[in-house]
Amino acid sequence: MVRKSTDWTDGRLEKIVGRILQIGVIAAASVVLLGGILYLGRYGSVSPHYDVFHGEPANLRSVSGVMKSVLSFHARGLIQLGVLLLIATPIARVVFSIIAFALQRDRTYILVTLIVLGVLTYSLFGGGL
Amino acid sequence: MNILEFTTLIWLGSLVAGFLGSLTGLGGGVVIVPLLTLAFGVDIRYAIGASLVSVIATSSGAAAAYVREGFSNIRIGMFLEIATTLGALVGAALSSTLSTQILAVIFGAVLVYSAFLSGRRREEDHRIDKPDPWATLLKLDASYPTRDGKVQYHVRGIPGGFSLMFVAGTLSGLLGIGSGAVKVLAMDQAMRLPFKVSTTTSNFMIGVTAAAGAGVYLSRGYIDPGLAMPVVLGVLIGSLLGARILFGTKTRLLRIIFALVILALGIEMIYNGLAGKL
Repeated sequence: MVRKSTDWTDGRLEKIVGRILQIGVIAAASVVLLGGILYLGRYGSVSPHYDVFHGEPANLRSVSGVMKSVLSFHARGLIQLGVLLLIATPIARVVFSIIAFALQRDRTYILVTLIVLGVLTYSLFGGGL
Repeated sequence: MNILEFTTLIWLGSLVAGFLGSLTGLGGGVVIVPLLTLAFGVDIRYAIGASLVSVIATSSGAAAAYVREGFSNIRIGMFLEIATTLGALVGAALSSTLSTQILAVIFGAVLVYSAFLSGRRREEDHRIDKPDPWATLLKLDASYPTRDGKVQYHVRGIPGGFSLMFVAGTLSGLLGIGSGAVKVLAMDQAMRLPFKVSTTTSNFMIGVTAAAGAGVYLSRGYIDPGLAMPVVLGVLIGSLLGARILFGTKTRLLRIIFALVILALGIEMIYNGLAGKL
């Protein structure tokens, strides 16, 4: 198969993707851990209630809500920021793939990747069916 | 039991689940929901939310190592992710309309099926030499490294594989699991990919699929930070430890034991679902 740009082989693309995933997971896990330590420090002695489903409050349900919660230094908000980073990691990979396919001038896969990104964005910003 | 004790126990349970899941290749995600619901009495919706987040963590953590080895096929992964992410949206939408009893029964059935699949021998045969027109159009044929150098492979059964992937995505969004079993089935049986390629590409796709479902769960309020924290950190650390000793260890017996555990959990989930206890 002839590649228009030899600099952007699939092999190189895969290495960068691997790095993105690694950084994303480490960053997310660190934020979750930090939030977790704060959370246990503040609420460790309270009893847990997970047997009845209430759903999370509005500030833990959306990207903007979580950001506000983090700025007021809420432990649960900080953990939720780590969760958002985790969700963002595969999305970052997809975004990078669009750039890589564009550099390879692979129109079919630019389109394929844009569709996947569209579904992910729709989901993250409160989409549902 | 206070939150500190509860969190520690869930962290330990998730650590063991992640470790066994990655060591045996069966995935730790499938046992998280039964662990949380059956052992800790957590509502199945919170359990599914926490499990789905942990699935993203393990997939991304493991994929980071896999992609660099050159086994996974990024094009196949990306193409099939159209099916899995759309499926995940449908699954996540369904999860809020189905009762927790029905969710428990479906979950149990998937566990029983996964246990059954893991007991089957995967045979690498019927390799194809003729290119499929779909595969050529989508540039899915590629090569992967072996001891004897690079081996070329062809892909077939694209429509069948794509449809199965939609089902895998739906199950992932509905139950908060990676549904690696269905993904590998689609890629092994329908598309005839070499094992190394299907296993690693499937793992690679699981993160994107779970991210699509997790977005919906987050906005519905199913993801509780206090629960997600020990589950994510436990499963992630456990699976990274498991992956380290994956190579060179005989895991057959462990695999059988873990499959039996999954089978037992599946039956218990179905029983509890039918009895209305979950």
